[in-house]
Amino acid sequence: MSTNTARYDSSTNQRQVPSGIGLFICLILGICFGITLTKSEVVSWFRIQEMFRFQSPRMYEIIASAVVVAAVSVALIKRLGLKTITGEPISIPPKRLQHGIRYAVGGTIFGLGWAFTGACPGPLFALVGNGVSVMIVAIASAMTGTWLYGLLTPKLPH
Amino acid sequence: MAFLSAPWPWYFAGPVIGLFVPALLIVGNGVLGVSANLRHLCSAALPGKLEYFRYDWKRTGGWNLLFVAGILAGGFLASRWVGPQNIAISAQTRLDLAKLGIHDFSGPAPRELFTWPALLTLKGFISVVLGGFLVGFGTAYAGGCTSGHAISGLADFQLPSLIAVAGFFAGGLIATYFILPLYL
Repeated sequence: MSTNTARYDSSTNQRQVPSGIGLFICLILGICFGITLTKSEVVSWFRIQEMFRFQSPRMYEIIASAVVVAAVSVALIKRLGLKTITGEPISIPPKRLQHGIRYAVGGTIFGLGWAFTGACPGPLFALVGNGVSVMIVAIASAMTGTWLYGLLTPKLPH
Repeated sequence: MAFLSAPWPWYFAGPVIGLFVPALLIVGNGVLGVSANLRHLCSAALPGKLEYFRYDWKRTGGWNLLFVAGILAGGFLASRWVGPQNIAISAQTRLDLAKLGIHDFSGPAPRELFTWPALLTLKGFISVVLGGFLVGFGTAYAGGCTSGHAISGLADFQLPSLIAVAGFFAGGLIATYFILPLYL
């Protein structure tokens, strides 16, 4: 692969990804994730507003406990040297810091959008399932935003 | 059945969300991150000449696109069990939002902003079209969203993810306190 693509991220590397029966499991896990996003109410514009107004600890408790459980799980996987179901070693590709600009600026731009729509990408899809069908437009708009990033990325500071 | 119909408490919902990180890793080194799918969808729909979209999206992102299709189906299933119900936000948030002109508290998102007819209003357009655009541009620029950075990245103690999450909240607070009052 070209060095130019490597500059942007690692997601297009020749890294092992779920395949075969794993694809079916991903679909099932996605269904479980959609149910969880809905039942936890993190899909709600109201909950996001409550979070940004610091008027309930609920969203912070959800995010913090999710991170703790994920961190302990990842540490255990590394410590025990667990393998994937097909026997590959498990690894998480590190995000490259570069100048850090992309994370600060890109993160802030996403934060603005998160407050406007009241939804991050997962909830956008879950909300369509919930019957908020106009979020199809938000997803199309998000694809347009991603496409524009793809167009401008050689010129943007990272 | 109360468990299925009532909203889940944070101490159940949060840990369950966290468990998707090891689950996807064990299935085949899948890293939980939903926004990557916006890139995969672009790559599938209109790859064109842009290098950013020229990769084997089926091989790289097939599993993740199935995951996101599942999210949509899961949202549908969960909403069938629940039926329409108000989100039990705090009284203070309700009051603050009422002052901004939000009066319909039924469902997950206010109908004043998130319906097809509302798209033709300024506040609906900003909420759906501009908001969605910023979500797509920002997550692509930042290389991840709430799931990829705030959950997967922080769980792996990655500094870039911490910077990104600080940005998420900086943007969210600016929008909530300075921009929402201008258009709601």
